[in-house]
Amino acid sequence: MATITLDGVGHAYPTRDPGEAKRYALKPINHVWRNGRAYALLGPSGCGKTTLLNIISGLVIPSDGRLLFDDRDVTSVSTEKRNIAQVFQFPVIYDTMTVRENLLFPLRNRGVDKRTAEARVVEIAGLLDLVPVLDRRARGLTADAKQKISLGRGLVRSDVSAVLFDEPLTVIDPALKWELRSKLKAVHEALDMLMIYVTHDQVEAMTFADEVVVMKDGEVLQIGTPTELFERPDHAFVGFFIGSPGMNFLPATVEGASGHVGETAFALGSGYPSLTDKVQLGFRPDYATVSNDGAGIPVTVLRIEDLGRRRLARVALGPHEVTATVPHGAPIALGEARLEVAAHHLHVYVDDRRVEGEAA
Amino acid sequence: MRINGRSLGIAAYLVMLFLPIYWLLNMSFKTNGEIVSSLSFWPHRPTLANYGHIFHDPAWYLGFVHSLSYVLLNTVISVTIALPAAYAFSRFRFLGDKHLFFWLLSNLMAPPAVYAMPFFNFYYSIGLFDTVWAVALAHCLFNVPLAVWILEGFISGVPREIDETAALDGYSFPRFFVKIFLPLIGNGIGVAAFFCFMFSWVEQLLATTLTTVNAKPIAAVMSRVYSAAGMDWGLLAAAGVLTMIPGAIVIWFVRNHIAKGFALGRV
Amino acid sequence: MDKPLNNRAWLFVLPVLVFVLFSSLLPVMTVVNYSVQDTMGQNNFFWNGIAWFQNLLDPSTDIGGRFANALVRNLLFSFVVLALELPLGIAVAICIPRHGWKVGASLVAIALPLLIPWNVVGTIWQIFARADIGLLGAALNGLGIPYNDTQDPTSAWATIVVMDVWHWTGMVALLAYAGLKSIPDAFYQAARIDGAGRWSIFRNIELPKMQKVLVIAVLLRFMESFMIYTEPSVVTGGGPGESTSFLSLDLVKIALGQVDLGNAAAMSLVYNLITLTICYAFFTVMTQLDRRKDV
Repeated sequence: MATITLDGVGHAYPTRDPGEAKRYALKPINHVWRNGRAYALLGPSGCGKTTLLNIISGLVIPSDGRLLFDDRDVTSVSTEKRNIAQVFQFPVIYDTMTVRENLLFPLRNRGVDKRTAEARVVEIAGLLDLVPVLDRRARGLTADAKQKISLGRGLVRSDVSAVLFDEPLTVIDPALKWELRSKLKAVHEALDMLMIYVTHDQVEAMTFADEVVVMKDGEVLQIGTPTELFERPDHAFVGFFIGSPGMNFLPATVEGASGHVGETAFALGSGYPSLTDKVQLGFRPDYATVSNDGAGIPVTVLRIEDLGRRRLARVALGPHEVTATVPHGAPIALGEARLEVAAHHLHVYVDDRRVEGEAA
Repeated sequence: MRINGRSLGIAAYLVMLFLPIYWLLNMSFKTNGEIVSSLSFWPHRPTLANYGHIFHDPAWYLGFVHSLSYVLLNTVISVTIALPAAYAFSRFRFLGDKHLFFWLLSNLMAPPAVYAMPFFNFYYSIGLFDTVWAVALAHCLFNVPLAVWILEGFISGVPREIDETAALDGYSFPRFFVKIFLPLIGNGIGVAAFFCFMFSWVEQLLATTLTTVNAKPIAAVMSRVYSAAGMDWGLLAAAGVLTMIPGAIVIWFVRNHIAKGFALGRV
Repeated sequence: MDKPLNNRAWLFVLPVLVFVLFSSLLPVMTVVNYSVQDTMGQNNFFWNGIAWFQNLLDPSTDIGGRFANALVRNLLFSFVVLALELPLGIAVAICIPRHGWKVGASLVAIALPLLIPWNVVGTIWQIFARADIGLLGAALNGLGIPYNDTQDPTSAWATIVVMDVWHWTGMVALLAYAGLKSIPDAFYQAARIDGAGRWSIFRNIELPKMQKVLVIAVLLRFMESFMIYTEPSVVTGGGPGESTSFLSLDLVKIALGQVDLGNAAAMSLVYNLITLTICYAFFTVMTQLDRRKDV
């Protein structure tokens, strides 16, 4: 059990020419992973999340910064001495062993005495619902059972500082994904461990984690609770990547507490100083409603998508298109309509980064 | 470069591997007088006379031509007829398939020595004795089953859905086989051809038994050196070095597939 | 496996069938024919029943003793080379570099002996091992070890075994390497996290993953060593005495040297049958392993 501190940790591959600027696979970050919390690293492939995970697991030694487990500097300590556990994308099990032997393996390697070890294995197997298959050969089991074994091999150790998950649900049958994910969540609550979960699936990240780290191009864009990421995305990419459909962005000019998109004015929740460069207004479709007879900004409804649970409208605002919600039960027709956006859900982005307004 | 146990291990093995080859190479540049009179790690009076002899004496260089001819013939025949059979074994169940497959494989395991005498009689009676065709056909005994086995492994790695999709897209079977399927198992064909080449090239018992004069393989030519008055070590060494070249070239071409290839598509 | 039943698949197999029948069954029939007949010369053959087989399988007869000796000799040889080549090949495979140009270079070098014609392999070792002009022979004698592969049976055996190891370890190594390469990095990482040592990684990860290719390696090596002919025939010619006279060498001597057709034919058939039986056992093990992997 530990707290992991990233103190300016970053990784760049060596450049040939000393004068050349460093190309970071992971830009330096400062962050503290607190004990007992569940974190998710979320981002598209190639965003650096796996590099970050490998730095924590010790597979990659970072080029910049220090990595601390509690107060111990482990930046260049080898994997086996770091006391971490990891579940990989594909199940890693020892083919020739039974489930019990698989779970005993890490304890035996560490010289834990037999009685303690076996008791611990039974305890963890109980937690993971593996008791009925303890004496079966591991190779014959289903992928989800194998992933539980991989996890179990980490959990049996009493000295584990953190459990790392590297897209653990990739090979799991869709119907079982939900079940295994809730199992992971339950294990996390039962054992009070630091867990770090890498995924490119926002639903997995948002349901598993207390805090989500959104990454892109080797950079951490935002760290926050699922609600924070949804309500106040710090970066246009976060708004776009999280939520379905993603955030609407409109090029705008901002003066005080109003934003102008072409001829149209939007009321903002707070005032802003004069902004230059690329200014955009961003709002979630969930907080924009469109109706044929209400108040608001005149728009043209282009098409309606009925998703069953809710209806979305694709509307044109001048040359731009945005997505908005059609309120429950309200009739809607194509053509002339009005768009309303809640002022405190309208955010202003300069060069893709959210700008905090001053109190109005 | 970090020196560790593994690099040392591989280095030691390669040294052991190349010591005899180096000795052969060393010999091939020496005169017989020098070979017999003293042991030395390099030729003191290097000579190309041994190689010159081989390139000027038709009896020698034709040996290479004969060997390469039957090897290439055999490779083409084996792979061509093995392809449809491998496809059938991989894709369908049919009456007696398992037994047939085993019987084919059993031929792979048959000692050539068993076949030397009957082959001699057989090819003699049909008039193919002492032609490259006799050797090329005789080597089919083990190369055809081998090619079937290798290709079956690779073909089984191609999902059957591809066959079905092609049929839905209106491909006739022969067109599908040539246009779509063969490119998909290109690696397997390469590996099969490599092995056919290899086993036909290295096999000597049948090759020497089935030829006397007109189609004499290089191995038979080399054995002539023994009966000559005294041993012509230098010439023998030079011929030995030259026989390693075709193999080396072939390996160089397949070097990127070599590991997978030796597992016969079965990893 | 739910392959469709289709008896027209026989059409696809037909060319292979014709070829292999032509080059295997017909010659075997000739052998069977010889094995039950005797001749007084001038191509006069008469029925001889199973007399040749009775002789062959009775170790007290001349030919029977010779066959039994060759068989034991050959089994011993196969066992010795397998016992040496398998561990050595696996060790070499583990030592093969994993990255960079050295991978290709090592693989090419390791495969090289496999593509040298077998008589040339014999020639290489004949030259290398000779006490007068060979590096190995001279070096051993120089160290005070009595060694002469043409006169001393122990030396001859050692030479042939070492030659076979030199010749074929590469194949075991390449097969094992292919097996090793198929292991994802995650397995090694997991083993490190689990605190496994090098031996434990080998025992619990590498060896199980190599199992399938190693069975192929054992099969191929056993068969090839059981029918070894060309290399010892060049190096020792089966001698000194009969000490390195393996089954194939003996058979060729009887069939093509002494033209003793009856004995040779009976010996061919029994020899072939032994090979087949062992081959069948391997085949069964292999298909069983395949099935277990599917579970």
